[in-house]
This record gives sequence, structure tokens and C-alpha cells, in this order.
Amino acid sequence: MKQENIKIALVGNPNAGKSTLFNALTGLRQKTGNFPGVTVEKKSGTFRLAGSNGSSDRDVTVVDLPGTYSVYPKSADEGVVMDILANPKHPDYPAAVVVVVDASNLQRNLLLFTEISDLGIPTILALNMLDVAASMKLTVNAVQLAMQLNVPVVKINARTSEGIPNLQQAIRQVVEQTEKPEQKYFYVPKGNEPALIEEVKELHKLDNDYVALQYVCQHDNFSFLAQPVRAKLDSLIEKYEFDETGFLADETIARYKTIKPIVEKSVKSEGATEQPLWTRKLDKILLHPLWGYVTFALILMVIFQAIFAWASYPMDWLDENTASFISWVKEVLPKGVLNDLITDGVLAGIGGVIIFIPQIAILFGLVSVLEESGYMARVMVIMDKVMRRFGLNGRSVVPLISGVACAVPAIMTTRSISSRHERLLTILVTPIMSCSARLPIYSILIALIIPSTKVFGIFNMQGLVLFGLYFLGLAGALASAWILSLFIKRTEPGYFMLEMPTYKVPRWGHVGFMMYDSVKSFVLEAGKVILAISIVLWVLSSYGPGDHMEVAEQQAVSAMPQAPEEEVAAAVASARLESSYAGNFGRFIEPVIRPLGYDWKIGIALLASFAAREVFVGTMATIYSISGDSEDVLTVKERLVKEKNDHGGPMYTPAVCYSLLIFYVFAMMCMSTIAVVYRETHGWKWPLIQLGYLMVLAYVSAFSVYQLMS
Amino acid sequence: MSVRTVSQLQKGEKAVIRSFTDRVMSLKLLEMGCVPGCEVRLDAVAPLGDPICINVGGCYSLSLRLNEASTIEIE
Ligand SMILES: Nc1nc2c(ncn2[C@@H]2O[C@H](COP(=O)(O)OP(=O)(O)OP(=O)(O)O)[C@@H](O)[C@H]2O)c(=O)[nH]1
Ligand SMILES: [Mg+2]
Repeated sequence: MKQENIKIALVGNPNAGKSTLFNALTGLRQKTGNFPGVTVEKKSGTFRLAGSNGSSDRDVTVVDLPGTYSVYPKSADEGVVMDILANPKHPDYPAAVVVVVDASNLQRNLLLFTEISDLGIPTILALNMLDVAASMKLTVNAVQLAMQLNVPVVKINARTSEGIPNLQQAIRQVVEQTEKPEQKYFYVPKGNEPALIEEVKELHKLDNDYVALQYVCQHDNFSFLAQPVRAKLDSLIEKYEFDETGFLADETIARYKTIKPIVEKSVKSEGATEQPLWTRKLDKILLHPLWGYVTFALILMVIFQAIFAWASYPMDWLDENTASFISWVKEVLPKGVLNDLITDGVLAGIGGVIIFIPQIAILFGLVSVLEESGYMARVMVIMDKVMRRFGLNGRSVVPLISGVACAVPAIMTTRSISSRHERLLTILVTPIMSCSARLPIYSILIALIIPSTKVFGIFNMQGLVLFGLYFLGLAGALASAWILSLFIKRTEPGYFMLEMPTYKVPRWGHVGFMMYDSVKSFVLEAGKVILAISIVLWVLSSYGPGDHMEVAEQQAVSAMPQAPEEEVAAAVASARLESSYAGNFGRFIEPVIRPLGYDWKIGIALLASFAAREVFVGTMATIYSISGDSEDVLTVKERLVKEKNDHGGPMYTPAVCYSLLIFYVFAMMCMSTIAVVYRETHGWKWPLIQLGYLMVLAYVSAFSVYQLMS
Repeated sequence: MSVRTVSQLQKGEKAVIRSFTDRVMSLKLLEMGCVPGCEVRLDAVAPLGDPICINVGGCYSLSLRLNEASTIEIE
């Protein structure tokens, strides 16, 4: 007998532990975090369901869905859930739904459960967060609950994987039951609702009352319904004088009436329930009018200190070792074109970014600690009013903070912002937050111009300047949001309603994995781009049109007849680069970037970094190792220090460095970000406006800085 | 005395939800567990005075803006 793949879906309130359960079931590493709205799109994985009673093993596909408080979506991410569950033809339509509930807040969690159960899909109730419930002196009687609700109830702890085998057992029983039990509705329609339901059922060949009701209430959200179908439903609503808002309120209240006695029978509490002690104590400080901000500022300071001061030890070590590795390769390989390509092109480019691994890892690790602990939700609360002034929302804090790691996932998290207007503004300004790809550029330039002295005995001067750049990014993002909000009309009033999760100790394994994963994708993604670009760049800089390069070489030699051999060699290399294809490109855009203080070499790197910012440093490394005398291999920083401008002075003066820093704070140089904005806003309009706006902002700011400083 | 709303609660003060003044907002609040008859308590006020955090039915803490809180009538 052929066994087809079974599909099940994980549904539940935000932050109930669905993604954690998903990971426990499938062994995958879907992103989790201790605040509502972490998962914003569906994710699938599979696991093997062991056979019992002689039946064979089966593969089960699990779909992890965004959390939602009811079947009526309030934001873009929540819409995904009903788009699947109300449409049996959907490829992800599940054979059974596991409703994950937070046992510490059973009453509210059961609201969604009763709705899902009424949709007529076989359900299993997974009781999660029992440890939190226990710390609130609540005990849940699962057997009683199962009897009351008439579904299998399984106690689990998604975090420690307790109860997973029992859950699998229950899934097996539910998907294997041959006859469907008779549908018992938790909500019984009243008035002329039954007549309306009958007509919709007839029209759409539905056999479930509640699904029919969903067609009535939500047809505009269902992507699977065509326009004429929606119009027909609208006319039915008119015919039966169906008042949607009134109905929704009545339905929800009626459901709570049904749920209340069930919860009373199955949950026992010793004394008055309270949130866990630790959560109450921490909130006293972290939401305090004064200490709330002080701790937030301190936490940010620690992050910058960590990125700059602590990361510098492994970075220096990496920097020196890559340099000596490259010179070793240079010696071992036979001399020639290939050697140059590998060492000057590929290795120099990759080495230029590899040294930033420690910073990337620390940054991602710390952001993940903020998310896992539950502190992120508090930041949303203390920042909401500030954000509102700029046309944003407290929830915009999550994209802005995770934008410090990478703008691409950050822009996706905006899906949990319910107001379209606030969401769009957040998308438009998130790329101004300094992402980890800017770190290499910042670090290298800061190291060139800022001494590593101590301020107030504890803070490193370089760390403070870095902090300043991030702050500039934040200020730029907020100011831009404010400016843009003057042009983009608000269509609906925004609101802010957020469940505050209890504090949880971060799972260090998870944090460690986030660090590992970010480093891996940084090295692989950046590595791929850099590899490709450095090869192209090397070819373009080693060859030139016609015999231009040879002519340039001869001119350089004859121009300095008495100079020592070394200097001649350097001049020759530089002259050759200048007349190469890449040099021509650089020369071509030089007039545009001259006012910012950049020469044609920086121009080449600037052009290359349109693909991704981290390419900038790699490209500089490649260009300077080609143009430098090729005997000894220098670290990237040493190369920049040695670089001379047209007048023989150092190229990297403070004015040039600051101009570059400011340019990169604002410039939107990242293909992936443009692509994700295109996807999230469904069109080219917004990404192009954003690109144009940020380019102008970057250019004007860098121009002003350079002109003021030089 | 006119009807009080959650936005007028003092820190630590408890009250019972009676009704809502805004139909659309009431849907969101109901789904979040703020049901008439349920006890709420003002737990914290964000540094700038808004939003506030209320404890709902002893179970969990909900943060919302004063604007939204003023649509919840209490007794
Ligand atoms: N104490 C405790 N914590 C848990 C349990 N299950 C999950 N968590 C934690 O709860 C938090 C939320 O888990 P997620 O899996 O991200 O929640 P989710 O339901 O996917 O949330 P959204 O994607 O936002 O809807 C994480 O910090 C988990 O570590 C549990 O049984 N006990
Ligand atoms: Mg999730």
C-alpha cells in the first residue's frame, strides 16, 4: 500500500512555542524568539512517524505558521493562516492541526482553539509552557480538558522536547482514524446567520458552517477567491443585513462563555494567580521611568563595547594570519598569472572580510540574547511613544534593531506591524540602520583615523565613534521616517497592543547556533559575491584596452630614471592599474565622486560594492595588492595607510575617511535589500524611491562632510 | 460620576472590565483576552507616560496605548 505524505500544521497564539515545537519535531533550526511575531511566513519541515501495530513508518510534513490570536487576521503575517486553513485545495492544507497553547493563559489560548476546531479540520491540543504555568501556581488537568473539548490533549515542553513522542502518537491516531467524528460546533449561529450560512454552503459546495461564515467575513483576504465570487458574497451580506463587526464581537464573547466553565473545571490554581516573580521584579526596573532608559542605554553600550573592544583580539589574530597565509601561498605556488589571480585577487578579497567574523558573531549573538530573553518586547513598549512621533510604531523597534544585524530578515519582520502605513515607513527606513555588512568598512576606517585611547577609563575611543555611526544611522532612520510620513498619506489609525512575554533564560545552544549560522551565511554569501567580484575585478585590473597598459608602464619607468627599484616597481604597478579596464571605469566616475574626496581607486570599490557593501573592503584589498609592489603581503590596514594621493600625501586623510563613513551610513548598497523590499511591497515603486532617496542622502551628507573638513 | 476607563487607573489599582466604547477596537481587545467581567490591574507605565502595561485576569501582561485603554470602561 502506498502511503502518501501526511501534512500537519502548527497553529497557535503568538509566542506559544510553535516554532520551538517545530524545531523539536523536525530537528531543523527555525528562528524562535521570546516575543510575539517572530515567525512571519510559513515554513515546512518533515519528520518520520514511527509505525505501530504492524503499520509502516510514514513521513509527515509539518508547517509552522505565524502566531495569531484568532482566525481573523490583523496583520499581513496572520493572513497566511486562514489562507491555508479555509482552502482545502491549498497545497499546504493539513490533514490535522496541532494547536499549540500556552497553558499559563489557557482561557485566551482556547479561543483560537475553538475556532480552529469549528473549521472542521481534525485537531490536537498541545499544552505547552506548563513550567511557566507551574511557576504561576497553576496546574492543568489534561484528561479533564480532553474530555471537555473532545480532542486529544498532549502535555509537552517544546523547549526541552518533553512529551514529543506522545504528541507524535496522537498525530498518528488522528490522521489514521478512518471515519470523521461528527462535527460539534463551539459556536452556534443565531438570528438569520444560519440561513446565510446555508446559502453560502450551497453556493460554494461547502460542508462546514464555520468555513462558510469565514467566506462571508473574510472573502477579501482570501487570495483563492476570484473577484466575481467576492462580489457575490458582498451581495449576500447585504441581502441578510449581516453586520460583521457586531457579529465578530458577539461570536468572541459567546466563545469565551463556552470556554469559561471548561477552564474552571480543568485548571486548578493555588491562591491568586500572578505572573512569575522574576518577571514582575525585572519589569519593575526595566519599565521604570528612569531606570528603563538607563538600562537600555547601558545594554547598547555593552553591545558596542563588545563589538569593538572584545572582538579586536580574535580579529587582530585573524588579520595577521590571513596576511601570512597569503604570502605563504604566494611563495609556494609557481609564479605567474594564476598565482597573481589567486593571491592578489581571490585571497586578498576574501581575507579582507574574513577578519570580521568575530564581530559578526558577537553582534548576532547579542541580538539573539535580546530576542530570546523577552527584553525585546519591553524595548517596544518603552520606545513606542518615541516611535510614534516619527510616524512609526513600537513594533518598528524589532526591524530597526535586527536591521543592525541584517536588513533583509529585518524587513520581513515588519509583516507583524498591522498598520499598512507604519509598515511601509518601517520598510523604507530600516536599511538606514547600520547592518553588519557595514561593520568591516566602519572598523577599517575608524582604525585608520581614531586612536585607540581610553575615555573615562572604560570606553574605547574607537568604540565610541562606532557608537556614533550607529546612532547616526538610527537618527537618519527616524528623521527619514518623519520626512516620508509627510508625503505618504496615512490611511488608518495605528494602534499598539502587545502581549508581554514572561522573561526566559536564553537557550545558549540556540544563541550559539544563531552565531554559527550568521557567520556561515556571511562567509558563504559574502564569499560567493566576493569570489566572483574579485575574479572579475582582477581580470579587469590586470588587462587594459589595446596596449595602453604597456605604454603607461614605459612612461612610468622613463619618468623616474634615478629612483630606487622598489619605487619604480610601485609606480609601474600603479600606472598599469590606472590604464586597465577597471582603472578606466574608476576614471569614468571620478568626476562624480571627486567632490566627496574619493579618487578613482575608491571609485572602483564603490562601484563593486553596489552588489553588497562587504565587497568594498575586499575590493580595496584586491586593488591595493595589485597596485602595490607585489613582494610582501600587507594587512588591509597597512595597505590603506601606505596609499598616497595625487599630491604625494596620504590618501586616507580624516576628511576622506569621514566622508566615506558617512556615505556608507546612508547609501543603500545591497541588492538583497532591494529585492526584499520589492517582494514585501509588491512592486518596483517603493524600492526605487528608497534607492533614489538614500543615494541622494548619502551623496549630499558625504559631500558636506568632506567640504567642511578639508 | 462619569464612567471610568482603564486609562484612568492608578498604578496598582484593580478594576473589572464592563464594556467597550469603540467597536473595532473592542474586537482586538476581546481576542487578547480582555472580556467584560475580567479583572485588570495597572502594572506599569512606560517612561513617557504611554503606553501602559495592564495585568489581565492575573494571567498575563498586556501593553497598550492610553488611546486604546480609554475605550475600555471599568467599574
Ligand atoms: N519555559 C518555556 N519556554 C518555552 C516553552 N516552549 C517554548 N518556549 C520559549 O518560548 C519562546 C517563544 O517560542 P517560539 O517557538 O518562538 O514561539 P512561536 O509560537 O513560534 O511565536 P511566533 O512565531 O511569534 O508566533 C521562546 O523563547 C522559547 O524558548 C516551554 O514549554 N516552556
Ligand atoms: Mg514562531
